[in-house]
Amino acid sequence: MRLTIPEQEIMSPGHLACQGCGGSLAMRYALKIFGKDTMLTIPACCWAVIDGPYPYTAVNVPLFHTAFETAAIMASGIKAGLEVQGNTSTNVIAWAGDGGTFDIGMQAISGAAERNDDITYIVYDNEAYMNTGIQRSSATPHGAWTTTTPVKHYKKGPKKNMVEIMAAHRIPYTATASVGYPEDLRKKLERAKNTKGFKFIHILAPCPTGWKTDPRYTVKLAKLAVQTNIFPLYEIEDGLHYKQNMKIKERKPIKEYFKYQGRFKHLPEDEVSYLQDQVDKNFEILSLKFE
Amino acid sequence: MKKTMMGNYAASWGAQLSRVQVIAAYPITPQTLIVEKLSDIVADGELKAKFIKVESEHSAMAACIGASSTGARAYTATSAQGLALMHEMLHWAGLARLPIVMANVNRAMAPGWSIWADQNDSLSQRDTGWMSIFSSSAQDILDSTIISYKVSEKVLLPTLISFDAFFLSHTVEVVDMPEQELVDKFLPPYKPEYKMDVNDPRSFGALTDEQYYYEFRYKMQEAMDQAIDVIKETCREYEEITGRHYDLIHAYRCEDADMIMVTSGTIAETTNVTVDTLREEGHKVGNLQIRYIRPYPKKDILAAIGGAKKLAVIDRNISPGYSGIFSQELKSALYNEIDIPVRSYIAGLGGRDVKIEDIKDIAYNALEHDEPNDLIWKGVKK
Repeated sequence: MRLTIPEQEIMSPGHLACQGCGGSLAMRYALKIFGKDTMLTIPACCWAVIDGPYPYTAVNVPLFHTAFETAAIMASGIKAGLEVQGNTSTNVIAWAGDGGTFDIGMQAISGAAERNDDITYIVYDNEAYMNTGIQRSSATPHGAWTTTTPVKHYKKGPKKNMVEIMAAHRIPYTATASVGYPEDLRKKLERAKNTKGFKFIHILAPCPTGWKTDPRYTVKLAKLAVQTNIFPLYEIEDGLHYKQNMKIKERKPIKEYFKYQGRFKHLPEDEVSYLQDQVDKNFEILSLKFE
Repeated sequence: MKKTMMGNYAASWGAQLSRVQVIAAYPITPQTLIVEKLSDIVADGELKAKFIKVESEHSAMAACIGASSTGARAYTATSAQGLALMHEMLHWAGLARLPIVMANVNRAMAPGWSIWADQNDSLSQRDTGWMSIFSSSAQDILDSTIISYKVSEKVLLPTLISFDAFFLSHTVEVVDMPEQELVDKFLPPYKPEYKMDVNDPRSFGALTDEQYYYEFRYKMQEAMDQAIDVIKETCREYEEITGRHYDLIHAYRCEDADMIMVTSGTIAETTNVTVDTLREEGHKVGNLQIRYIRPYPKKDILAAIGGAKKLAVIDRNISPGYSGIFSQELKSALYNEIDIPVRSYIAGLGGRDVKIEDIKDIAYNALEHDEPNDLIWKGVKK
């Protein structure tokens, strides 16, 4: 296979991410594709720290740090400011974690999506509030341990389906991606870069610190999430046209994915088989939508 | 060119004459007319601006911050609950040192739901790093908008222009609109030294430890101090082209006054008229209108008080558990400087009308009593 990831490195290596951070991998790929003519806005999330303290920065593009719930509207404001001054080319990216997206940022995202503001919203999803110390978010999967869902009361109820919520806004482009599959991620980032209007990319970004995993397994887990159909790779045009980007011939059991992660190790057998059923059912429903 | 207009439209036209480039707003009574008018102005192509119809006031302020960080001139308007919802982002705009100008139609906080005049909404934002004006006429609103962009862009602090719900927002007055060319000469395009620029990539607002944060605050205070002179200088320049005089305070018949009333907003206008009546009755009274509460014009206030023997403050606001907020500010300014009694009055909360007779009553009460008091609730039903 021909590798198509651009060689250019925009992000500096001297950042503050933990070892094996999926979120920093995601940023590295995103900047490779979007290039220097890009502005970022980042709310409270791991990346508010990863970029480095004042006066340092690792992203080497203009970055406006913003309040937790404002990533989408801050990007819209930046875009409007640029456009009114005659700059229609610069890419504006809202870059947020799952807490700032699925929870507190929801209202501003919905507003920007409904207006179809010309920005790209990227959520690097590590499935909890990792920066503040691994508290549960509405992106935390059923069964997971976090510091606010201790083993005795682990997270019950499914992860919020953010992709479906965004698709319901009928935005031009919605996609899921994984840092385990950079070629697929590249295509999606490029597609977002070349599409007018509101684009939403949901990137699964494993977090060794919060998932209680060995840092060397980040890419492996990002792949396993896809191979188990826990996190299928697909894209949606105009909120209507679903396309599966990676067909899994024989899906792996979720146990394969769980066994590397401390956050699931307390789960009893019956809970695991319940979750296996849920994953299969969810994928079946999703499959019906693929064109 | 003279036109009749409501206070709200004076804000819209002030923004238009200032050639704002990005407007982001959310509807809230009684501010709505400001943004409705601006929607028309933008839709008709009379103003080259982007208007983001946001889903909340929190987002309105965030959008203005984003736009301003790229070097665009940003504007919004709100009231009461909307301003309160913005609170987090007001701090953000202040500490990011972005010269946003915002109109706030002073309206009482709920509950109970009230859409009527009360200053608690904007006074609750006193410590967010915004310069803060209380306008008292439609002309004042329009002129203050234009002046504020020039001041804000010089000292890099945002400005909040507040004015009373309905008494001013929906009252039609004659306003002299300056010609656009005149305003353009007075207010050149905004050209910030630092902004979001792909050719000079920087990070704004990053994690800041105590080695730096403390100095950010110091610089903000420095800018507020400098703003006093910048406001005066800018008002002088504005007077040269329009003939209209503004300052941080407006002292009316204070020079030889024995007793000075201290007021703000529309109550100040009514008090001017009351002062004339009281003077006819032989009382040597004056009215000191506080226009800017931040930066606080302490020196000007002390100078205006001069040799007066007594002060009577009327507050259309209350800090529950203490007193009216203008009264507190005034007392702290006087301490160690001038030792005269201050009498404090609350009036007109929630839009209750404050008439000439009410202000007269307050004046008589203040004239009769030489001792300071903590608080008198004018006209409260007990």
